[in-house]
Amino acid sequence: MLLIECPHCGPRAETEYAGCSEAHIARPESGGLDMTDAEWVEWVFWRKNTKGVYLERWNHAAGCRRWINCMRDTVTNEILATYKAGEKPPKIADAEREYKF
Amino acid sequence: MKNRYSIFSLIRNAFSYHQEWPPAWRSPEPKKSYDAVIVGGGGHGLATAYYLAKNHGMTNIAVLEKGWLGGGNTARNTTIIRSNYLWDESAKLYEHSVKLWEGLSQELNYNVMFSQRGVLNLAHNQHDLRELSRRINANRLNGVDSEFLNPEEVKKFCPAIDLRGGGRYPVLGASLQRRGGTARHDAVAWGYARAADELGVDVIQNCPVLGFESHADGSITINSGKGPIKAGKVGLVVAGHSSVIADMAGFRLPTESRPLQALVSEPMKPCIDTVVMSNAVHAYISQSDKGELVIGAGADAYISYGQKGSGHQTEHTLAAICEMFPQFRRVKMMRQWGGIVDTNPDASPIISKTPVANMFINCGWGTGGFKGTPGSGWTFADLIASGEPDDMNAPFKLDRFKTGYLVDEHGAAAVAH
Ligand SMILES: Cc1cc2nc3c(=O)[nH]c(=O)nc-3n(C[C@H](O)[C@H](O)[C@H](O)COP(=O)(O)OP(=O)(O)OC[C@H]3O[C@@H](n4cnc5c(N)ncnc54)[C@H](O)[C@@H]3O)c2cc1C
Ligand SMILES: [Zn+2]
Repeated sequence: MLLIECPHCGPRAETEYAGCSEAHIARPESGGLDMTDAEWVEWVFWRKNTKGVYLERWNHAAGCRRWINCMRDTVTNEILATYKAGEKPPKIADAEREYKF
Repeated sequence: MKNRYSIFSLIRNAFSYHQEWPPAWRSPEPKKSYDAVIVGGGGHGLATAYYLAKNHGMTNIAVLEKGWLGGGNTARNTTIIRSNYLWDESAKLYEHSVKLWEGLSQELNYNVMFSQRGVLNLAHNQHDLRELSRRINANRLNGVDSEFLNPEEVKKFCPAIDLRGGGRYPVLGASLQRRGGTARHDAVAWGYARAADELGVDVIQNCPVLGFESHADGSITINSGKGPIKAGKVGLVVAGHSSVIADMAGFRLPTESRPLQALVSEPMKPCIDTVVMSNAVHAYISQSDKGELVIGAGADAYISYGQKGSGHQTEHTLAAICEMFPQFRRVKMMRQWGGIVDTNPDASPIISKTPVANMFINCGWGTGGFKGTPGSGWTFADLIASGEPDDMNAPFKLDRFKTGYLVDEHGAAAVAH
């Protein structure tokens, strides 16, 4: 189980969180009706599936109920940083590490 | 076939203490070029190669596998086979697959131990019951065998179930597909490998694909761990690593890779002679021929390429199993493991051309692709050979995530396996 540090509440078990998905996916500016199909599907379906350092968001559902962001290595599951929704990801020295296969 | 397996070859080899069986397939060095190369030596990749050779006469082909045959999800899954999917498109594909399973041991001359012991899908509440009835009706309209069992009938069919489910998971009914069941997972990879090898396919292990280079004449050079290999056509079938391989080829997928876990118990005397699945609680159970309970859990919430999942997933599953089968509470679990499953937004596979000329992809089988192995290989071979989609694989094109024409099996049938 992951131990995820909520920036508001401190380290909490993964089971307190819900709704894991890619972070920093902004709803297109144009909003509803005038969105093109391409913009719409991009927002709805297309996600990164990074093997290596990945940015995701979690909802601290059984805690403060706020969305938070998390930088995690998807090979080792090591959590490199967590930060508040709306913030930019912190610079991590070895965030460049990459795994090919 | 050169070395047909039969009762006579078994007796003959007994005289030499089974020391002189020839290898089931060659281990050739890759040639400089092939008409087609399949990347990924899991069940799906090997089946694709076999049907390319068998159905389309393409024998100058190779399968490149980075590790060993069936070291991926092929040999990590809980081997449930069924075709009672909701939508017409899925029913067609999975039912074709079950039909191929029914003759597979004979076809491959390799015992894949396909056992049609039936698959039960339980309903625990009114909503489950309605969904179940809807699915059974859809199955029947598609010619897929599917019947409703009321609680008494469930108990009769599988006496081990406690219908009260500990109060938490009462059994209100179930769907039963009698033609569903299980098979021996390794045997599927080995049987297809042996049969493909027999037809001239080069099956090459320990050969990771590292990159691609497209040429003006439409051919593709594969940069592999064993040097460059030229291919007229390339089929990508790498399950959990689909996004990684697509990245190498320069296109994107909507696929996400997640851990999915399974466990087996200590071996016991026969006590459950069917497959029981509960989609709502992500628990499914059967008993192997060795006597182990084979139990599958739900997929993790997060993306991961480390072949292990979070402990609470298996805990949740075992808790539900203990409610439905109280007699298993004291059974010890022997092994637990994870595999990386490639999940798509609509829980259906992608069997498609790609933005790269002469490159094709088959992925996104997610938590339920073992059952699809023969059908997947069959239809993917059709696609690669002709270069154009047909009735069976066209609904599974990559561009459905642009058009919105999904094959949405999510809430319907493919929640579990
Ligand atoms: C725990 C668990 C339980 C499951 N239960 C069921 C079930 O009950 N019923 C069911 O129908 N399905 C089930 N599944 C799903 C099923 O296992 C998969 O959908 C199916 O096996 C995937 O296809 P495959 O066999 O070809 O994949 P794999 O066996 O994973 O084959 C992919 C191969 O590609 C290779 N590869 C990857 N990258 C490269 C590269 N760069 N170069 C060369 N080779 C590469 C890998 O090494 C691997 O061998 C389960 C899965 C898991 C993990
Ligand atoms: Zn919090």
